[in-house]
Amino acid sequence: MALSRDQVRTIALLARIRVKDEDLDAMAKEISGILAWIEQLNEVKTAGVEPMTSVAEMTLPLRADKVDDGGIAAATLKNAPEAAEGFYAVPKVVE
Amino acid sequence: MSALTDLDIAGALAGLATRAFSAVELTQAHLAAMARARALNAFIVETPELALAEAAESDKRRLAGRALGPLDGVPLAIKDLFCTEGVQTTAASKILKGFVPTYESTVSANLKRAGAVFVGKTNLDEFAMGSSNITSAFGPVKNPWGPPLGRVGNKELVPGGSSGGSAAAVAAGLALGATGTDTGGSIRQPASFCGIVGLKPTYGRCSRFGIVAFASSLDQAGPMTRTVKDAALMLSAMAGHDPKDSTSAPLPCPDFAKSVDQPVKGLRVGIPKEYRLDGMPAEIDALWRKAEDWFRAQGCEVVEVSLPHTRYALPTYYIVAPAEASSNLARYDGVRFGLRVPGETLDEMYMNTRAEGFGAEVRRRILIGTYVLSAGYYDAYYLKAQQVRTLIARDFRSAFENVDAILTPTAPSPAFALGEKMEDPVAMYLNDVFTVPASLAGLPAISVPAGLSANGLPLGLQVIGRAFDEETVLRAGRAIERASGINAIPSRVAAG
Repeated sequence: MALSRDQVRTIALLARIRVKDEDLDAMAKEISGILAWIEQLNEVKTAGVEPMTSVAEMTLPLRADKVDDGGIAAATLKNAPEAAEGFYAVPKVVE
Repeated sequence: MSALTDLDIAGALAGLATRAFSAVELTQAHLAAMARARALNAFIVETPELALAEAAESDKRRLAGRALGPLDGVPLAIKDLFCTEGVQTTAASKILKGFVPTYESTVSANLKRAGAVFVGKTNLDEFAMGSSNITSAFGPVKNPWGPPLGRVGNKELVPGGSSGGSAAAVAAGLALGATGTDTGGSIRQPASFCGIVGLKPTYGRCSRFGIVAFASSLDQAGPMTRTVKDAALMLSAMAGHDPKDSTSAPLPCPDFAKSVDQPVKGLRVGIPKEYRLDGMPAEIDALWRKAEDWFRAQGCEVVEVSLPHTRYALPTYYIVAPAEASSNLARYDGVRFGLRVPGETLDEMYMNTRAEGFGAEVRRRILIGTYVLSAGYYDAYYLKAQQVRTLIARDFRSAFENVDAILTPTAPSPAFALGEKMEDPVAMYLNDVFTVPASLAGLPAISVPAGLSANGLPLGLQVIGRAFDEETVLRAGRAIERASGINAIPSRVAAG
């Protein structure tokens, strides 16, 4: 299915990636090309086929419900672009 | 000293054991080769001081008669997708430039525990998304098989991808082995392009903890080496159960080097008829048929098998992988690590950061992933792909009722020139046509150099095995290596 400019704008907003207005058409064309190629999957009969949820045939393990890590706030914040008072700092979100 | 860079891991270990040379000498030889080969752009970060310090420690241990583990003193290169404590880890993305992890990935920690010496972090396609290493924010890697050795005109050649820096480093003698990661072929295809061995283990064999995530249901770490035996040695050191990765298999890890030389007599080898593509180069088809004879000559039975959904593997992959990537890469928001590009509001800061920090291919895949997961399209794309994935895995399961291993080419071509296939993303995706099916089914698969193309470039063949049967995959790979008799080590860098 061919994507419109507006659809690309919406997807880009959902993905939080700024796409310049002048790039929307090229991007729509490129993604539409890939989607058209992907749509050959419609030839495959999949009625009643269980979708794969895990390639590893195993049940996910449970661990004991207890704290086994922590106390590493300084290390965690070490790569933060901006940190203050032991927190990550971001632009103001509440007026 | 250059002779030390022509060794394989097994040979280096033998030399270290008899004190023919020290770990420091071995490491120095590789660091010198790295310095001479900077034009390849195989490394994003070189860590010579750390490497020499580790090598000196290794020598001390060995003198004291308490070598750490099976790789003590062996210089290895680490793909820059593995978090390494105190050493910059970028995934070849601008968005992670300057990121210095405060913890170590399980696989690299396991290798350290085995005594390995890390010489640096290798270049890759950004976030491991690519098949030619051209999407790296640190520039493309060049294939050491480029002119004058192998030729596509006089142009430089791509090393394949995404583990292109690792493949080039091992092929050029800059490290005895390297770690790679494989999501749809990222270990096997560059191994084929650079004339080395690359093994993607079964999903769950190696821990994913500390590996920068691309598509979590597909990502798997594996060894890239000059010989099949080295791949066995390295895999045994890398693998093992890890409680920090919930999909890590709670299985004992065999000593793969022990069984790698066992004869393959009696093995049933399957040839999937659907892999015989229209338009496949005649020399690749001929090499594939020749390998059938190699297996027959070693006492194997070669039979045709059918994997009917093969042609749907790539489009399935290009729904599943971008979908998972769009979710995984949501973490790069300019808040906790990496690049931040300011904006008036929090949302603007996110959008500016991600537009500036991600390269074109990564942005494209995030947008596709976001679209196929979005309300109204989820069933048509994502659910459908997961259903087809079930069918692909089922194909393999049926085939493995009749055979022990499946033999295919690794890639539909030898290395191509830098700058080719750039315009059309789908043409680039087709590189992985033979490797993606095993990835979707989570199966182990190896690429082994098997011959040279007419223009002098290495060609690999792939062996796919049953889940957690790396032993058979390695033995069959060794059978190819034994029969092909090619010495696929380029001498361009060592000589120059």
